Amino acid sequence: MKYVILIQSNPQSLAVWETLTDEQRTDFGLGHLRLTEQMRDAGVLVVSEGLGDPALATQVSVRDGKTITCDGPYAEVKEHLAGFYLIDVADLDEAVAWAAKAPDAAYTRVEVRPVLDMSTWEI
Amino acid sequence: MGDLELPDLLRECAPQVLAAVVRRYGDFEACEDAVQEALLAAARQWPETGVPEQPRNWLITVAGRRRVELLRNETARRRREEALCQEPAPAVRGDDELALLLLCCHPALSVPAQVTLTLRAVGGLTTAEIARALLLPEATVGQRISRAKQRIRDTGTRFEMPAPQQLGERLTAVRHVLYLIFNEGYTASSGDALSRVELTREAIRLTRQLHRRLFQDGEVAGLLALMLLTDARRPARTGPDGTLIPLAEQDRSRWDAAAIAEGVAIITRTLARAPIGPFQLQAAIAAVHDEAARAEDTDWPQILALYGMLHALAPSPMVTLNRIVARAMVDGPAAGLAALDGVAGDPVLGRHHRTAAVRAHLLEMAGDRAAAREQYRRAARLTLSRPEQRYLESRASRLR
Repeated sequence: MKYVILIQSNPQSLAVWETLTDEQRTDFGLGHLRLTEQMRDAGVLVVSEGLGDPALATQVSVRDGKTITCDGPYAEVKEHLAGFYLIDVADLDEAVAWAAKAPDAAYTRVEVRPVLDMSTWEI
Repeated sequence: MGDLELPDLLRECAPQVLAAVVRRYGDFEACEDAVQEALLAAARQWPETGVPEQPRNWLITVAGRRRVELLRNETARRRREEALCQEPAPAVRGDDELALLLLCCHPALSVPAQVTLTLRAVGGLTTAEIARALLLPEATVGQRISRAKQRIRDTGTRFEMPAPQQLGERLTAVRHVLYLIFNEGYTASSGDALSRVELTREAIRLTRQLHRRLFQDGEVAGLLALMLLTDARRPARTGPDGTLIPLAEQDRSRWDAAAIAEGVAIITRTLARAPIGPFQLQAAIAAVHDEAARAEDTDWPQILALYGMLHALAPSPMVTLNRIVARAMVDGPAAGLAALDGVAGDPVLGRHHRTAAVRAHLLEMAGDRAAAREQYRRAARLTLSRPEQRYLESRASRLR
């Protein structure tokens, strides 16, 4: 079963970040690197990425066959996706155990969501 | 063996070669790598040079040499390894393939690791083939395999048959892994449909081998029958556009009659002689479905009785739910809906999409279109399967 572990950035997580010492911040970053390494080592990691700030985002739409782009989100967003881990594990329990190792889980929280797939048993 | 296509021939040989090499040189980890390379070498060379007279011995010899090369940098062991290499090629022994299967399904491994290692070491699939079939990056599969082999080494498990009192439990894990491989391949449709079908074929092939070896094991026989009887419906299971067609609406003339005949024969003869088990009961249920010429001919009272036995023997939320469906087909939708209310508090069934799908179906049968539509929508939201989602949404819009 594939699960995605979602790391959100929101006012709560930003407030927590402000309270951290430099050392804690370094630890936080290293914690993500370590987690990626552990997942890779265990053979469960499909892919993981941290995402650039929403200020760097480009909005894309197509109208009358023309691709139109504009910079950034339309308005200041309160919450945005900061990063994710896509893992392949036996079940939800195992996915939760991995999610619990994300540094964010110790300060705020992370979200685990199952991934849709093409498989099915009899209806 | 002579008339097999090359990939099939290699897969047939793979576990025998690996078992022979491990038995001779020990060290499952390095031997498995060596055999994999010998198989790749054969796949490259044989189309040009022709298949050697003794393909198995060729592979055993090449894998043995490769295994020595892989360990060359360990100079302390080098002389001993090379001395071993001079000895004649080890023979293939009867129990080796089973011992190998049991090793791959070792209880110290996670279930995904068991599945992956079985596909490679026993199924003879390459890392790339497994990655394609399981929809994973090759690096993930490669790491999973090497991690699993390390884990086996760390447990100090030796390549041999477990003690008789452990064999039963170890075989349960093997059957479970084979069932998962089948299940993984039994997809309605996907961009990679072909390689997934391959998994189904592979699961049936390995289970058939195991059945030949352990003919007296009723549950292995039951599992093989279940796979054959389920896979027989595959040609009718999806429409030309890839949409899912439920059992009741399938064109039964498209079912694989030969597979059904074989599955029915296996389960009939097994039920008569072996202690009953969950796979046999599931196969028996599949057989009752497959033997009905039309959906309305289905012997639901018999299916209800079989689910009753399955519930007593191996209760699970899905058995509970399927038993409710059978109850509704025998006693009418109202009886089924009442039974559904009875399991509303179940932690698994409570938010499972199949519960909503069954409720929707029964409400539709009872003529409550608005409530049925709402439940189909709920089921579509909760399912993780895209084909099912499409199917459930189409049912909902049909009721508009």
